Amino acid sequence: MAQNDIKYLTPIAVDFKTKKYCRFKKSGIKFIDYKDGEFLKRFVNEQGRILPRRLTGTSLKFQKKVAQAVKRARHLALLPFVADNLKTNQ
Amino acid sequence: MLKHYETVFIMTPVLSDDQMKETVKKFENILCEKGAEIVHQENWGLKRLEYQIQKKSTGFYHLFEFKAEPHVVAELELQYRRDERIMRYLSVTLDKDAIAYAEKRRTHGFGQKKETKPETTFEVKREPRPEVKYDIVEDPIEEQMYEQNIDNKEE
Repeated sequence: MAQNDIKYLTPIAVDFKTKKYCRFKKSGIKFIDYKDGEFLKRFVNEQGRILPRRLTGTSLKFQKKVAQAVKRARHLALLPFVADNLKTNQ
Repeated sequence: MLKHYETVFIMTPVLSDDQMKETVKKFENILCEKGAEIVHQENWGLKRLEYQIQKKSTGFYHLFEFKAEPHVVAELELQYRRDERIMRYLSVTLDKDAIAYAEKRRTHGFGQKKETKPETTFEVKREPRPEVKYDIVEDPIEEQMYEQNIDNKEE
């Protein structure tokens, strides 16, 4: 039965944490478009809330811009203020 | 000094196509009268709203990009508020990065223009197959068997 299972005394680290990076800094994007709702959905969770920097890895400079863009997109009904299953509906 | 602005507004879906164009024309005229220089405009057509506005779930989107004195925007927004065909509007100042982006968007056909682009069909260039000459070894016995097989199947 479970005799063949290998047991470790100390749990081995399965995945090494990859360092998060700011995708805007890396790819040289300077302006975040509020008109592109589909793109902004990456920075929003399923309920339509803006994801924190600690999850996305965005730098402070661009997080401010992302937040501004998301808020503008919400005003223009390109993004919802509140939603259920925003990502699964796509 | 003229400043660079961008404004997007949503019109009610109740309007017919002509009425929609008329409203766009109206705001274009307002801008021109106030001495604004329209750099670019984009009609996004009827779009689904992510949430209802005035109990409507769709709307006509239109975008103006223009250069104007700062007081023009205030006057434009006053006109937006007075017009009941306009459901939402947003006016934004464009900084230098935004201008660069807008230019790129115009020339490269970002976003909305993608949809109107005619579908490009890729022509697959196939090289003509090299002719391979098979050496056919004629084997009388095999030929016979083959013929027999055909005969059997026909029966």
